[in-house]
This record gives sequence, structure tokens and C-alpha cells, in this order.
Amino acid sequence: MQKAGSDSSKVTGPLWVNAEITYKCPLHCVFCYNPVDYATFGPELTTEEWLKTFREARDLGAVQLGISGGEPLMRDDVEIMVSEASAMGYYVNLITSGIGLTEKRIAAFKEGGLGQIQLSFQDSTKELNDFLSSTRTFDLKSKVAKLIKQYEYPMVLNVVLHRLNIDHIQQILEMAEAMGAEHVELANSQYYAWAMENRKYLMPSRKQLEHAEEVTNRFRDRVGNKMKVYFVVPDYYSTRPKKCMNGWGVVFLNVAADGLALPCHEARMLPGLEFPNVRDHDVRWIWQESPGFTAYRGDGWMKEPCKSCPEKENDLGGCRCQAFMLTGDAANADPVCDKSPYHHLITEQVELAQQPQPPAAEIKPIILFRDDKNSRKLADKEAAHRGDTTAVT
Amino acid sequence: MSESSGSKISEDAAVALEKQFRFQFEPAQDSYVLLYPEGLIKLEGSAGEIIKRIDGEKTVSQIVADLEATFPGVDLRQDVIDFLEHAYAKGWIRQ
Repeated sequence: MQKAGSDSSKVTGPLWVNAEITYKCPLHCVFCYNPVDYATFGPELTTEEWLKTFREARDLGAVQLGISGGEPLMRDDVEIMVSEASAMGYYVNLITSGIGLTEKRIAAFKEGGLGQIQLSFQDSTKELNDFLSSTRTFDLKSKVAKLIKQYEYPMVLNVVLHRLNIDHIQQILEMAEAMGAEHVELANSQYYAWAMENRKYLMPSRKQLEHAEEVTNRFRDRVGNKMKVYFVVPDYYSTRPKKCMNGWGVVFLNVAADGLALPCHEARMLPGLEFPNVRDHDVRWIWQESPGFTAYRGDGWMKEPCKSCPEKENDLGGCRCQAFMLTGDAANADPVCDKSPYHHLITEQVELAQQPQPPAAEIKPIILFRDDKNSRKLADKEAAHRGDTTAVT
Repeated sequence: MSESSGSKISEDAAVALEKQFRFQFEPAQDSYVLLYPEGLIKLEGSAGEIIKRIDGEKTVSQIVADLEATFPGVDLRQDVIDFLEHAYAKGWIRQ
């Protein structure tokens, strides 16, 4: 079932494979981008199944491999994956919270050819309001940061920003500096999955964003080239959507812990699309021909206002998942775009974010932490909802 | 590909790839590439041949001599130096 204009012989890629090797995680981040119903998924791929997947994607020309999760270090075969994938010719990136990164493991990763480690700095405890002063967290991260440097990796730190931590930006930057970070990405949480559930508690106000950018710029001026600091605002504050994943099925292949192959981290939620499993199909067919991957490739699927938009190649209509979540139809323009008739759904949320919110201590009992129990609850809710609205799409 | 932001490389010093970079031939792209965290640089034309000779031991002059032996009859010196200056300014190589 191939769409006109998506001749598989002309399909290039993937270049980048992201392997979410497990959804197990010792953390409970309220902005996690893993699917909310992860606790109901089938068994994880075995080591052999992962290696087969890496090999097949590599044959298509994939060069970058991300090993992520969940917390990937919850599996004890990451060492094998790193060395095998590296031998296949991948540049291997490990994306971790650092929990479970011992010297023994990092030595094995180095030996196996691991290219880089991205360390995330997160709300690692349920103590939302004081996680920044949690010495436990800081000690752990500092220890891991030291190991990373000792093994001659660049220190890449990812910090997810949101309404409840963004005002601590100065402290966050100072911690990053104290750890010797060379690259720091301060990315505001985007509203998918768990972050979508918690959106109203996570979206910063315009004032908070301005303050954070100001502090970041001052910090940049002070540290100069020693540290590269990136600052990403929530796309809700834009009037043009992001070119999500650089296009559907263009460079990025996400493989979920249970083997489902997806064009992005979130696409599993889209109704009416059947995504293939790497257990049942080879990656070539999945990438080039499966209905899930051809569905929104190119621009043949577009409707107005995207179809006739002179800017459509700049952003390819934005994010299909965001369009679906907010408008009910993934083929609609991403409502971040102010040409979308649904743009008000974005601006209304942004306006809400300018209102005062209860302090973190009051939010804590009501905000949804990412854990198995909440995941099952959300899965039930979704199933019930799907039962009610199957006719919509 | 010849912009160099004042950073001059020495012709008599050894050249090495920066730690985070990995050099290889990519059949899918029919090209040599440099891989680095989350990225890829496609090395068009002679760029691949130049980087291929970087081993942490050869100096710039030796790389030029090696290339001129492989591609005789062409004066490559300035092109090679321009490219290496570019690669140095971009942080792909070190001395």
C-alpha cells in the first residue's frame, strides 16, 4: 500500500536510529516523553533482536545510534550493544540519567567504542520543589560527570526546563559549570506524553522564559567558549511549527522497547496507523514500504492550509502528533502555526500559563509522576476513550 | 571550503582527528564521512582523500607529499592546506 510519490527506490535513510531499549526507569519525571501506557506493552526485544535491528538499519545507511530508554542502563546487555553496533560502523550515543553508570560499565563502553554520553539532569526524586538542592542528586551526577571526563568523553548535559524549575536557571547553570559540562542543552519540555498530561503545571509563563533567557545570556557572556549553552523554548510560544524530526520517515527511526518501529518517539498514539514490529519485518520494508512510514512522508498527505502554503517545505506542516493531540486529525496543520484554524488551542494554553499557579508543594499531590501505576491508569483511560470515539478518524 | 578564521596550522606538526570524530567510508552515500555526536559531515571529493591520510603521525607536509605521490602531476599543496585550515577552524582536527 504505497502512496503516489513515495517510490521506495528513491527513499533514503534512515540515518539516525534511536533504540528505546527499555521503559524501565528508576526516575519518575513528570515530563517524560515515553508513551504514557508503556506499562502495558509486550516484552522487550532480546539482545539478538536488537542486534538484528541495528544490522538491518545499518545496511540501509544508518550511521548514528542512540541507546536510550527509559533508563538504558537498567539492561545489562548495553555493553554488547555498544561494541557490536560500533563494530557495525555506527557512531553510538548513550542517553542516560547516569543512574547505574559505574566505572566498570563506562570502561567497557569505552573499550567497545562508545562515541558519546549524554547525561540528563532531571527531577530525579519526587521532591519537585527541592530537587535542585537535593545533595543526593548532585553527588550522583557529579560522580558520573567525573567518570565521563576521566574516560575522555565530552561532558554533555541535558536539562529539561519547565515551570517548576525554570526560575532556578542560575543554579542549574552553576551546577553544570561545577561539573565541567562542555555542552549544556536547556530544553523546555514540549507537551507530549507525560508532559501533555501535566501541561498546565509545566508550561512556563512568558515572564519566566524571558528571565531564563536573560540569565542564560549573561552566563554565556561570562563563560565564553568554555561551555556551549543551548536554550530551547516550548514551541507553543512560536507562530510557526517545528520541522518535526526533519520530516516523517526521512532521517529518524525510533524503535520502542517492544520492537515497534516508529517515525518518532510519540507516533504510537496516532490512531488508524499500524506500525510494524522489527520482530515481524525487516527494517528495509519497514522504512521504505510499510504504510506507517509512508503515511506522512513528503507532502502528498497535506490538507489546507498547508497544501497551498508557500512555507510548507520549511516545516512540512509541523508535528503530526501535536496536530492529532490538539485537533483530532494528524493530517491537519500543527496548530502551533498561526495559519491553522486551531491556533487558538495553542494561544489559550499560553494565556493560561500567564496566570498564577499554586506553589510546587500544592501541585505535588496532583501532578502525574511517570510510574507503572499511573501508566496503567492512563492506559485504561485511553482505551475507554478510544471505545467512545472510534468514529472520529 | 577555504574560509579560515585566522587559525593557522603548522606544516611541520602532526595532525590528528579530534577525539570525538570517526572517519569512514559510507557505501550508502558513496562518500567518506566524518561522524561525531549526533552528526555527520559528508566529505566531498578530495576532502575524503585528505582526511584518510590523517593518522596522528603524519605532518601536513607529509600528507601533501603522500597525496602528490598518489595523484602525480598536480600541485595540491595550497588546496590541502586550505582544507586543513578549514577542518582545524571547524574543530575536526587538532595538532
